[in-house]
Amino acid sequence: MSRGWIQIAFTLLIVILFVKPMGRYLVKVFDSEKTGLDRVFGPVERLIYRVIGVREDQGMGWKGYLRAVLLSNFVMMLLMYAVLRLQKVLPLNPDGLDNMPPVLAFNTVTSFITNTNWQAYSGENGLSYLSQMLAITFPMFTSAATGFAVAVAFIRGLVGRRDDLGNFYVDLVRSITRVFLPLSFVAALFLVFQGVPQTLHGAVNATTIEGVTQTITRGPVASLESIKHLGTNGGGYFGTNAAHPFENPTALTNLVHILSMMLLPTALVYAFGLLIRNKKQGWAIFAAMGFLFVVFLTTVYVAETNGTPALSALGVHGNMEGKEVRFGLSESALFTAVTTAATTGSVNNMHDSLTPIGGMVPMMEMMLNNVFGGKGVGLLNGLLYVVLSVFICGLMVGRTPEFLGKKIEGKEIKLASIAVLTHPVIILVPTALALLRPESLSSILNGGFHGLSEVLYAYTSGAANNGSAFGGLTANTNWYNLSIGLVMLAGRYISIIAMLAIAGSLSTKRVVPTTVGTLRTDTPLFSLILVVIILIVGALTFFPALALGPIAEHLGM
Amino acid sequence: MKSLFTALRASVVLMVICGLLYPLATTGVAQALFKKQAEGSLLADQNGVIGSERLAQNFEAPQFFHPRSSAAKYDPKASAATQAAVASPDYVKTMQERVQLLHQENPELHEIPADLVTTSGSGFDPDLTPEAAKAQVPRIAQATGLSANDLNSLIDRMTQSRQLGIFGEPHVNVLDLNRELMKETQ
Repeated sequence: MSRGWIQIAFTLLIVILFVKPMGRYLVKVFDSEKTGLDRVFGPVERLIYRVIGVREDQGMGWKGYLRAVLLSNFVMMLLMYAVLRLQKVLPLNPDGLDNMPPVLAFNTVTSFITNTNWQAYSGENGLSYLSQMLAITFPMFTSAATGFAVAVAFIRGLVGRRDDLGNFYVDLVRSITRVFLPLSFVAALFLVFQGVPQTLHGAVNATTIEGVTQTITRGPVASLESIKHLGTNGGGYFGTNAAHPFENPTALTNLVHILSMMLLPTALVYAFGLLIRNKKQGWAIFAAMGFLFVVFLTTVYVAETNGTPALSALGVHGNMEGKEVRFGLSESALFTAVTTAATTGSVNNMHDSLTPIGGMVPMMEMMLNNVFGGKGVGLLNGLLYVVLSVFICGLMVGRTPEFLGKKIEGKEIKLASIAVLTHPVIILVPTALALLRPESLSSILNGGFHGLSEVLYAYTSGAANNGSAFGGLTANTNWYNLSIGLVMLAGRYISIIAMLAIAGSLSTKRVVPTTVGTLRTDTPLFSLILVVIILIVGALTFFPALALGPIAEHLGM
Repeated sequence: MKSLFTALRASVVLMVICGLLYPLATTGVAQALFKKQAEGSLLADQNGVIGSERLAQNFEAPQFFHPRSSAAKYDPKASAATQAAVASPDYVKTMQERVQLLHQENPELHEIPADLVTTSGSGFDPDLTPEAAKAQVPRIAQATGLSANDLNSLIDRMTQSRQLGIFGEPHVNVLDLNRELMKETQ
């Protein structure tokens, strides 16, 4: 196990080394002041703005910003839907695949526009190369950029003096041109170097050494893989995602995938500290998230190393079911902890075949939904809990709660409560409904407690906009396609609406000077309070469901 | 209405940049720099393509090293994993049978290499742990007439260590291993 811990430690060390430089870079990207970056990216961006028809300096109030988010995302969905429904007649379909059926196409476009990347289809036999590019790779950029933009707009609301959250289209374009495109391009080339295909040629027929025909499917894989992880998207080119050797051929590609997933969510927390001109505040939140992450990671690694008692008795040690030899137990456990912390949702091992406690870890990370979290949205969820913590502490010491000098009042708490409560409601209610329908029960592969976990995991994954799957569930049915589609939309946009509304409300508030009576939110004590509040709210909400699923399964094994 | 047009234009422009220009540019550069990998690391002999170095293909004959079992039956058109629930009684039964089969082939084996009796995540795990390859040596020695010592040293020679000395696990590529084995038996 020690060799495993060493590679985990090295990986996390590299993650931490990138936090500060990347955080500083992000601040430059979103700062309205002129920087050296303008010389590099300015000309391209100005051209894009001219075609789109927006003025760089034109700010938007929270309502205008929200309208732009929703409208643009809606239009993108329509375009993607058209591509999927017409892929048979569109070009770049070398393997001659059929159009995607309507309900599955609805599920797929909602999944990718919401940065979820839940996949009820299997790429190698469901999507043409053009669909992989236009309906999958494209929203991987824009959904990540949208999340980023909303997070930055929220921060502007926190520190601003008037209802001006910036221009959504400028934020969207800048995060693509200055962050996602250059990074994805470089990462993709490294992936190809290590063995990920990047070709427009169709599948090739091989005759194996034993004389069987093997059809080797391929395509423009690397360009999708790099943005899939940088944008914490997670949807695989192939059905078995990053376990597939064409998506993740070596330990080094695995490392690049993990770094890509963690790079921007962690850096954004630091950038937050810089933008509000209080680095300690950024670190306070970072510490709380980091602590939760390490606890979850350790749990899944130990659980997988121990395996199950019945297998140990046979002389089989450690759980390698659904895992790949080149990654082994440690790289698999690390990937599982990272992909659900950063709400990416790609998998390099099958979560359905984790041990019960091992499988509970990704589920809990998605239930809390703020251990670093997805592009932008993770920070927002974290800040949501910060607002709640401030409020609860304020009540306990009998003072008006305030955060960054702005008073947190009834309106903000109501909005925050809506956002916090939406998450469990859209997980638990559809799970209960699915369990009441005999038809949707027949989708479950493994019976008993594990079957409950399969359904619970699916809706948790949708609500958290994660997209990873407990693969045993046959999710390509009208019921699951529609219900998970709606859950993904609610999971994404209700919290975005609430957060932008809070930003709008806070932006116009006067800043109250700090006094001795002010509750400091940038101290280790506050980090601790934040962890406790996250665990109390998150754990208490979901404990009954977890008790019936993975916990019961563990106790019975 | 104006904001709808803005949204439409933004979507189309970004779709072209991110969905067409970016993957096509990446394809061009990748093909120029790393042609072999970009095409799928294909292996060929005089009769044509025999497979991809990255993807497991099935070996059933006793004189070959066998790869890990595949829920996709080694067919890349439908990658798959078992999604087995490892704590279930059914799974334990399957594992008992596999361990028993392995013991018939190699009665002296005490520590069972976990990768040899479990199913891979992708369906195409191209590798085995060195231990899992060595567990198959008695069968292959009997089928080919090669000595166990020769086979063990072949496995050692073909074993790839951790990348940069840190990352991943030591493994041996089954297709490469079998191709070397064929050279030795000829």
